[in-house]
Amino acid sequence: MSGLLFAGATLPDGTLSDILVRDGFVERIGSDLKADGCEVIDVGGLRVLPGLVDLHTHLREPGFEASETVLTGTQAAAAGGFTTVFAMANTSPVADNAGVVEQVLGRGIDSGYATVQPIGAVTVGLGGAELADLGSMATSRARVRVFSDDGKCVHDPLLMRRALEYVSTFGGVVAQHAQEPRLTSGSQMNEGAVSARLGLTGWPAVAEEAIIARDVLLAEYTNSRLHVCHLSTAGSVEIVRSAKAKGIKVTAEVTPHHLLLTDETASEYDARFKVNPPLRTNADVMALRQALADGTIDIVATDHAPHPSEHKECEWNDAAFGMVGLETALSIVQLAMVETGLLDWVGIARVMSHQPAVIGGVDDAAGVLAEGRIADLVFIDATSRSTLTTDDLAGKSINSPYLGMELPGRVVHTVRHGYFTQRDGVIVSADVVSRATRDYDNSHTGAGTEVTDG
Amino acid sequence: MRHLLSTADLARDEAIGLLDSSEDMATTADRAHKKLPALRGLTIVNLFFEDSTRTRISFEVAEKRLSADVINFAAKGSSVSKGESLKDTAQTLTAMGVDAVVIRHGASGAAYQLANRGWIDVPVVNAGDGTHEHPTQALLDAYTIRKRVHGSSSRGKGLDGLRVTIVGDIAHSRVARSNAWLLTTLGAEVTMVAPPTLLPHARESFPVVMESDLDAVLATNPDAVMMLRIQKERMHHAFFPSEREFSQLWGLTAERFARLSERTLVMHPGPMNRGLEICSEAADSPQSTVIEQVANGVFVRMAVLYSVLTGSEA
Repeated sequence: MSGLLFAGATLPDGTLSDILVRDGFVERIGSDLKADGCEVIDVGGLRVLPGLVDLHTHLREPGFEASETVLTGTQAAAAGGFTTVFAMANTSPVADNAGVVEQVLGRGIDSGYATVQPIGAVTVGLGGAELADLGSMATSRARVRVFSDDGKCVHDPLLMRRALEYVSTFGGVVAQHAQEPRLTSGSQMNEGAVSARLGLTGWPAVAEEAIIARDVLLAEYTNSRLHVCHLSTAGSVEIVRSAKAKGIKVTAEVTPHHLLLTDETASEYDARFKVNPPLRTNADVMALRQALADGTIDIVATDHAPHPSEHKECEWNDAAFGMVGLETALSIVQLAMVETGLLDWVGIARVMSHQPAVIGGVDDAAGVLAEGRIADLVFIDATSRSTLTTDDLAGKSINSPYLGMELPGRVVHTVRHGYFTQRDGVIVSADVVSRATRDYDNSHTGAGTEVTDG
Repeated sequence: MRHLLSTADLARDEAIGLLDSSEDMATTADRAHKKLPALRGLTIVNLFFEDSTRTRISFEVAEKRLSADVINFAAKGSSVSKGESLKDTAQTLTAMGVDAVVIRHGASGAAYQLANRGWIDVPVVNAGDGTHEHPTQALLDAYTIRKRVHGSSSRGKGLDGLRVTIVGDIAHSRVARSNAWLLTTLGAEVTMVAPPTLLPHARESFPVVMESDLDAVLATNPDAVMMLRIQKERMHHAFFPSEREFSQLWGLTAERFARLSERTLVMHPGPMNRGLEICSEAADSPQSTVIEQVANGVFVRMAVLYSVLTGSEA
């Protein structure tokens, strides 16, 4: 495999440096590196980050291929600078057994645009009644470590306790979609002044907070790990903060959209803004930003949720929950966190790459930019500003709330395992990527064991 | 006025203009020949995705009095019941040359979407959308209050200084929402009364006072008391324990009615649950405006349709 020399990249800490990539790995990081037969790419000061890792992606395959497939979803990932995505389990059939998670894993390997790490369901069919085949998913080729019924809450406290205890056997974590179902029956948007004005059924903050409060207590009692998906309220932040202060093993994620948008966006009944958990108030947005900055919230995860247009161009009550997010995540986080001075680029690398890899149990293979590590890299032009159009969305669906907004930052190159998945802002064609990923796999049989500490 | 979607959008002079125009429409009701040629040659579709015989007939009478051609579209048995989208239904109908759409829909925001999404390009009148708004109901309520209070000198007047109490399922009521904005815009002081389970969680959402003690509010001698219809199925979702208890605490019972001043108007948008939210003594009393509200509904809807279709007041 030939090498690539990225000349003049700005590392997360601001240092200007060259990066030499060979055989899928970062061979050298330093100044004035020799090309030594490698192709030289002058990146002219572009910022480089370790390839982004998304702990919360809906790839929709199998079952909902009209919305997204593993191939199109990982193309969206490449467009957004992601090199690893965790595929949520709410497919059809549900990823609640080894067969489905291995199928999703296989589709990811075929695609080559990103490493696809399947998430396993906690309960059979997301039914909330009996435990799924947790152990066989963990020991399958997909090596599942994150378990989630996302889209639905594991609301039965006994089942949640058992799941927390059981997955600790293999170092797993339960990623909880915190939503008390009885308190959110028929809910359409955040419960507050806006929902009252619009006549839409409210989704009260307490329905999220009550579950998180219960779950951190269960995690403490069972000495197990809990991960809270898409935390959305100021009250949830306080619960997680106090749980962490007590030493409870809890981690939490926030989506880009909850860092930027509020429930006022529902005012025109445009269902692109309908999402679960719902967009909250400005006070919640400010609390979430602060919590991400101070580490109470560990990571950003997209909750990329593609839907076909007919599921959004309809009455609000009938519209699907969710918005696409992979392509725009970095821009939104730059807008909400970097341009407000709350996080620097080292912080961005932490919350969008390293920590997601740690929580997901793939930090041996992803989330670090260092010599000797796999060459998953993203190069961005943080100074760019452009208006988002559907042309910028590389996935199958266009249900983005940011269309027409001017956003900062632009992903220029995405490199996975030493090959381009996006180059000069253009997604590399599927056959080229597919050939590159096969070449990588052929030359790294058992790659996982070859990784050095770097 | 291009559309009528919400009373929150109505400025005071615009609202008074519509009420004055309704007065003009009312004068035609006393003539032997009631029909005006104002909308001759124009076609209006009544797009009713929710059953509502009263509102639909009221609009239909208003349209016919203005000589418009009327198409009634009920969702049941139509392509909608086969899964056609709101967008496709509206586009199909307007492709046939409809000049205005009156829409009643179970989903909040449906009228707003129809008017603003670029799907169609004709005036839209909201005849009730989910638990959001029912603007023509609020206009007819305002008209009814103004007429009772100011009689033949109503023109040009608002509802300044009047105190209106609205009682019942505020949280789920499109009538309450539309009245909250309109009556306040017209200068009235509005108090809403319900058990806390049936008030909006965010009390600051509306420019009104929210209370739960009906007797205390009635003791202040409001100028009008509007009772809202209680949906009996709310009981099953733990909003209140029983009909009997609701009636005792928040119903306009004979005993409460007897304590009201004879000047206090008793209003109800209908259909009434007699014996639940309102007693027959009150509903059938001279203070009751229930029948007038129905009659006035036609005049107000004539004024609204005339305004959106001709861009002027009568």
